[in-house]
Amino acid sequence: MKLTPTPAQTVGPFFGYALPYAGGEALVDRSHPGAVRLHGTVYDGDGVPVPDALLEIWQPDEHGVISQQPGSLLRDGYTFTGWGRAAVDGVGHFSFTTVEPGSTGDGVAPYFLVTVFARGLMDRLFTRAYLPGDPATLEQDPLLSSVPADRRQTLITTRESDGSLRFDIHFQGADETVFLNYPNTPQFTGPVD
Amino acid sequence: MAEKNTDPDAAALSQAEIDAEIAAIHGEYRAQRDAGGQVETNARLNFAPYRSSLLRHPTKSLHHADPEDIELYSPAFGHRDVSPLEADLTIQHNGEPIGERIIVTGRVVDGDGRAVAGQLVEMWQANAAGRYMHKRDQHPAPLDPNFTGVGRTLTGPNGEYSFTTIKPAPYPWKNHNNAWRSAHIHFSLFGTDFTQRIVTQMYFPGDPIFDLDPIYQSITDQAARDRLVATYDHSVSQHEWNTGYRWDIVLSGSNRTWAEQEEER
Ligand SMILES: [Fe+2]
Repeated sequence: MKLTPTPAQTVGPFFGYALPYAGGEALVDRSHPGAVRLHGTVYDGDGVPVPDALLEIWQPDEHGVISQQPGSLLRDGYTFTGWGRAAVDGVGHFSFTTVEPGSTGDGVAPYFLVTVFARGLMDRLFTRAYLPGDPATLEQDPLLSSVPADRRQTLITTRESDGSLRFDIHFQGADETVFLNYPNTPQFTGPVD
Repeated sequence: MAEKNTDPDAAALSQAEIDAEIAAIHGEYRAQRDAGGQVETNARLNFAPYRSSLLRHPTKSLHHADPEDIELYSPAFGHRDVSPLEADLTIQHNGEPIGERIIVTGRVVDGDGRAVAGQLVEMWQANAAGRYMHKRDQHPAPLDPNFTGVGRTLTGPNGEYSFTTIKPAPYPWKNHNNAWRSAHIHFSLFGTDFTQRIVTQMYFPGDPIFDLDPIYQSITDQAARDRLVATYDHSVSQHEWNTGYRWDIVLSGSNRTWAEQEEER
């Protein structure tokens, strides 16, 4: 990197009239034959739901193809753009309607890339929400296998009895979500455990 | 830190107590940096003077990930998504908004200096009285029926963007007693890689509240804080119409192998 990146600042409490938009949470229509609900709750360090968080997901389609089609902000109902945005509701719950991502290559376990913003959170956090699947396959995934076994589950969605995928996010605590840091992407946590 | 009051609305502490906490953290940071330690270029996630961060920062180190396919791309946005009119926040209603008309313009580049072209820039802000058009904003300052305070645009071929808007005012918040935010505009940006995604705030030069604002001061390094401050640019001001500010934005580094990618796309 030749230039120093511009620092981040919190999304604050007042993004609700600016960033969420109609259809942001619906990457496909509910009537799509492959439609699945990806949902969960965002919790703070006291285990209290966070009512002012915003989530984005970015994913390949069911065949593992990464869309480069515009139209996420004004969906046409046919084009899969792969990106969605949803604010949590008053009880910290978010919900997307999408398709399950396909694998982008041999041995790559499929996942949604999830980005979290919130009041009180100074920079966005990245995590991955993997599809539940064969434990042997998941364990061979390069990222999952690099995460200590006792925290791996925080990166894997749970299949609910209604077929939906559940992915809760914990900023802190015993179930603290594994948040990711990428090369060339400076983030500073401040003091950590 | 368990003893700290984590209620963001408690407003229990004085400005002097918050100032002392900020000074202690900054002092510690400068000492380790000057001793050859890490230079911090971003805000800290765990920054106690910003009370709302206490229960909302990860307590464990971020886990290193090598970007895979999806992380090396960003969603595409086009003129279906964004109308050119959305870059002018002063024409969204029937009348002219109250306040100082300004243009904020600049370029979006990545960590290697490459222009980020054709990508989405979103912004939102308080009005000239320091009030947001948001139902949870209870600050008893007037709403302006002619100002919503939300803009969007796509960057040009050289990464350039421009918004016409009204200069926002500082506003009070409940982090501590008599707490005020420096005047700012919120920005949301995408790069070529999703890992470059950033939400931040742009400030105005010479704001007297900078030193008192724990959100701005959560960036421990002065050189890094300065990167969020626009400069007054008289060449952006226009005769009898607006004053002008310039603010260039540098995203983090792309992790793509660009020689191949440029051919491919
Ligand atoms: Fe704000």
